[in-house]
Amino acid sequence: MSSSSVTVVEERILQYGRKEKLSWWGKTKNFRTAMLYLFPSILLFSIFLFYPMLRTVYLSFFLTDAQGVASLFVGFENFAYILQSSVFRKSMVSTLLFVLYTVPSSVIIALFLALLANEKLRGIGFFRTILSSTMGMSVAASAVIWLFLFHPTVGILNSFLNIIGISSIPWLLDPQWALISIAITTVWMNTGFAFLVILGGLQNIDQHLYENAEIDGAKYRYQLRRITLPMLSPTLFFIITITFINSFQSFGQVDILTQGGPAEATNLIVYAIYRDAFINYQFGTASAQALILFILVFGLTILQFKFGEKRVHYQ
Amino acid sequence: MMKSRGWVVYPLLIISSLLLFFPIVYAFLVSFMSGTDVMNRSFLPSIWNWSNYERVFETVPLMRYLMNSFIVSTGVMLGQLVVCAFAAYAFAFIPFKGRNAVFLLFISTLMIPWEAAMIPNFLTIQAFGWMNSYLSMTVPFFALAFGTFLLRQHFKTVPHELMEAADIEGLSKFATFYKVVLPYCRTSLVTLGIYGFLTTWNMYLWPLLVTTNDEKRTVQIGLKQLQTVEVATDWGVVMAGVIIVIIPTLLLLFIGQKQLQKGLTQGALK
Repeated sequence: MSSSSVTVVEERILQYGRKEKLSWWGKTKNFRTAMLYLFPSILLFSIFLFYPMLRTVYLSFFLTDAQGVASLFVGFENFAYILQSSVFRKSMVSTLLFVLYTVPSSVIIALFLALLANEKLRGIGFFRTILSSTMGMSVAASAVIWLFLFHPTVGILNSFLNIIGISSIPWLLDPQWALISIAITTVWMNTGFAFLVILGGLQNIDQHLYENAEIDGAKYRYQLRRITLPMLSPTLFFIITITFINSFQSFGQVDILTQGGPAEATNLIVYAIYRDAFINYQFGTASAQALILFILVFGLTILQFKFGEKRVHYQ
Repeated sequence: MMKSRGWVVYPLLIISSLLLFFPIVYAFLVSFMSGTDVMNRSFLPSIWNWSNYERVFETVPLMRYLMNSFIVSTGVMLGQLVVCAFAAYAFAFIPFKGRNAVFLLFISTLMIPWEAAMIPNFLTIQAFGWMNSYLSMTVPFFALAFGTFLLRQHFKTVPHELMEAADIEGLSKFATFYKVVLPYCRTSLVTLGIYGFLTTWNMYLWPLLVTTNDEKRTVQIGLKQLQTVEVATDWGVVMAGVIIVIIPTLLLLFIGQKQLQKGLTQGALK
């Protein structure tokens, strides 16, 4: 008994690092154990995230051959080239427009649905399941379904429009409508996840706040403005950031619905990178664009963290 | 207190559910339609028949793709659980020097969009000889900051008494990890498992890059292929393919919805 309790005591001392006279080997025991557990993660992050990110930066300063080997240092010329290229500029404009179309509408629709589904009604579980269903939909499956719905001859969307007296819309054929079509598909896909997260946020709000307001006779709209939305703001900010980032990363819907066309109207940034790198083998300019994508996402995440820290104070 | 609002909420819920779920329902209906039904823009199939489901397996090697997707998704799920649980254990229970620095390192991975690293990753996979291999679609996704944080959050709720008991029993750190901590935190392991399977099953861009033949292709790329092969001829077959591909994830989502919602709000916000 005594020997085992001694080791337990020793363990404790090591853990809290109170004993002064430990050897270096003893003092770093915790560090070494921790590293053993962390090693797989750190190794994988290094190989598949940190190293490639650095290499993207490196490649963006070079011209490369078709195998992706850097052959000629060109400094900032890749950046100068893409910033002047009308294709890239158009791609940036489309991407920003796309973000503008998708982010506010995704969040507002999901918020509306979550408010509905947060009511304590009979059978609400069924509705929650249905409303979160698009979260299980893959981008490929969603895009193929919407491709069919948008189809000029067999698509049913135009049939509906005709029934209510609106003439057919050239969904994927017209440059402006094509971007909107892709945005509709994306908003539909986003809704499930955003709904689930916002619903979770709503359910975390302290019910006592409502009970007190109820006693005071506060109206629903007043409660919504004074209790629900302020208490929900961290969740909302989180989901806005995530939706923003997801929008910037959209690829599958473009690949299946339009391949970047018509007239490059839907050549969103990740699709442009894909095309430059894997179809035209321009790894240098593709890397420069990838770096711009990185900077956008990086900035947004920093914002999220800043806000996320503040949130602690008013809870 | 909210019952009185039922008469406003129910109609709104029903309408929104119908609108949102319509594309999936319609895809299901079309998957039973004949070519003429589709051309007539019918809403319901005139005769319900399974022939589209038989034909889709003849058009593309869908069985093979399903198996590939299943192997890859299960692989990522298991790998993620192991790698994330290890890291989470270190963060939750081992007070080591430099923990904040390593934690920051993990957080920084959240700021790198995966697409920004995909070009060098593609070159790495080529150099490893991992093209058209399950390895390229699983190993790079094992480490996940979100998963680590999710598990760590739950690990920290393991009662002190339990950890002390394990200590007194003389369990080693590793034994404590898999005999005490993991069983106690089953639920978040399930949550992360569902999340990992779902996201991997639905992955599109990466499998598109690293598979060049039917041998290792996943169902999502199969759908793209099906759509390009079949588009002019038969939408019923394409939709049959879509339904087959979405059934596993929809089932998983319906079963695990509550867990997933709890896990997402906890893990995502902390």
